[in-house]
Amino acid sequence: MNRIASVFTKPNHTAFISYVTVGYPSIEATLKVVSILANSGCDIIELGIPFSDPIADGVTIQKASFHALQNGVTPKVCLEAAKKLSRKVKTPLVFMTYFNLVFNYGLEEFCDACVNSGIDGLIIPDLPPEEGSELELIAQNHAIDLIYLLAPTSTEQRIQLVAQRSRGFIYLVSVTGVTGARDNLPPNLEDFVTRVRRVASQPLCVGFGISTPRQARQIARIADGVIVGSRIIQLMESDSEVLTQVQDFTIKLREALDTVTT
Amino acid sequence: MKIKELPDFHGYFELFGGRFVPETLIPALDELESAYKEVKNAPSFWAEFDSLSHDYAGRPTPLYFAQRLTEHCGGAQIFLKREDLLHTGAHKINNALGQGLLAKRMEKRRIIAETGAGQHGVAAATICAKLGLECIVYMGEKDIHRQALNVFRMKLLGAEVHPVSSGSKTLKDAINEAIRDWVTNVSDTYYLLGSVVGPHPYPVMVRDFQSVIGKEAKEQILHKCGRLPDYIIACVGGGSNAIGIFHPFVNDKDVKFIGVEAAGRGIKTLQHAASLVAGKVGVLHGAKSYVLQDDAGQIRETHSIAPGLDYPGVGPEHSYYKAIGRATYVAVDDNAALEAFQLLCQTEGIIPALEPAHAISYAVKMASSLDKEQIIVVNLSGRGDKDVDIVVRALGMEL
Repeated sequence: MNRIASVFTKPNHTAFISYVTVGYPSIEATLKVVSILANSGCDIIELGIPFSDPIADGVTIQKASFHALQNGVTPKVCLEAAKKLSRKVKTPLVFMTYFNLVFNYGLEEFCDACVNSGIDGLIIPDLPPEEGSELELIAQNHAIDLIYLLAPTSTEQRIQLVAQRSRGFIYLVSVTGVTGARDNLPPNLEDFVTRVRRVASQPLCVGFGISTPRQARQIARIADGVIVGSRIIQLMESDSEVLTQVQDFTIKLREALDTVTT
Repeated sequence: MKIKELPDFHGYFELFGGRFVPETLIPALDELESAYKEVKNAPSFWAEFDSLSHDYAGRPTPLYFAQRLTEHCGGAQIFLKREDLLHTGAHKINNALGQGLLAKRMEKRRIIAETGAGQHGVAAATICAKLGLECIVYMGEKDIHRQALNVFRMKLLGAEVHPVSSGSKTLKDAINEAIRDWVTNVSDTYYLLGSVVGPHPYPVMVRDFQSVIGKEAKEQILHKCGRLPDYIIACVGGGSNAIGIFHPFVNDKDVKFIGVEAAGRGIKTLQHAASLVAGKVGVLHGAKSYVLQDDAGQIRETHSIAPGLDYPGVGPEHSYYKAIGRATYVAVDDNAALEAFQLLCQTEGIIPALEPAHAISYAVKMASSLDKEQIIVVNLSGRGDKDVDIVVRALGMEL
């Protein structure tokens, strides 16, 4: 069993998946924050490779990406950072990025490099399954999970498609919208999760807009994992040195998830 | 050899095109594709399109023999397809009208659009006013500043103009923001994309609406000269005016296509927008095509004196034409475009937009080297009123 799958085998455990943009606000901060996240209860950590045109991201991650690019962060830099991190933490690491960076690197070369850096999976929001066949095959040969996304707008047919193809877990986009912290979860979220659950056997993890322990608890009742990104970036905006805010937030969110028995 | 009917079922022009967009939008693209397929075969839709093209937009546009420009060059005969005479001043109205009518049939009342030069924004705002639809236009801050007249026109027409301050603050970023809006408001919103770029079905749909240019030009040149032209020359930013005039001639293999991109301050300076001439294949705004990018695959900032050409990508069908050698793509720099702009003003009394001034520049250079029997058709895709400010500054004059 690979490392992502084993996260979801723990009984009565909701996975906590966090996201950070590599190189925001600095590579040192990334190295540090990932250790903190890993030691404070995160089960999987997404490392965002910054892209110049992140169409699925809201203002917070756009700004973080822009900042990281100004710092000279490239896919190669991210691969090096991942290599250091995978030696330091046991938590599975997943790259989240846009397809042009992978395409430009070369699909085969990129997957080779991912293996070399200890990357367990890939999330590429602008790569729907229709466009993903080639990368999917190469990723599989490298034992890397290509994780597909579903959205509230996805039809039954598309849910079936993703259920056939997604590896590791399925990333459920909670809202029709871009990434970014929001005050409330959408009212139809439970229906959406139920619709996917009927068809898919993979673990279901919900992301986009989740920023509080209360929201995480609500999601833990219906899904197998909760994904938090923009909120963590926001907490790093004000404190990227000691990172106590990120640590406190992570611990609280972990506790919130643990109070829910599924 | 006959060129295949493309795109294929998956929206590909062989290697180029496709749908690289967030999952949220795929059902909306499916809905759009099936709505478009339906109207494509609906005579009532095209009757309405033709009637409004005629009565409202001002079609057909003349194919004009530029006699003094031809004499100036002393070579091939130059004809201008006068899209500059259309309502709102550019070919963009053809597409805005087609998609506006489609949006109305799909019962979407909130229209979003992006704009670079402002010509598509104005066309979208115009059609929305005419059809009674809400219109929101995303425009980069840099473009808002340099095309102030068009911003004001859009506002007069009742559109909301949303400034975009991310990235290079130009067309590329306006498209990013429009896509984000669409992802967020997908259920009630129609994205009126302005060029032959973006995910399938936009490249083919916009091509079909713009093909009216080439269909008319073909009839007109046959009527005037009794034969097809030797060359068709058009400027290429995203590439909609070029595809519009090229496509109806695609199987006339003796008609050579030349697409003229913006060389800006020179290809070597990297301050240009020549995606086909100097880019490599990548994925931007939902389609695989030629893209200006750095070694790591980050999209480059571009420059052109013509805001409508200032874009790091290009429509996938152009990439296909390049790959199979159906069209040749060249680049003309800011200074040459400015010279051509003035030359057309002075020889023909026509003030062109800076975008087609690039095509004029290349046509002039080429005409001189050809003999008098040869025929060049240039797509004069828009008029230059919007550019007077830029030209005044570039020439160091004062208003």
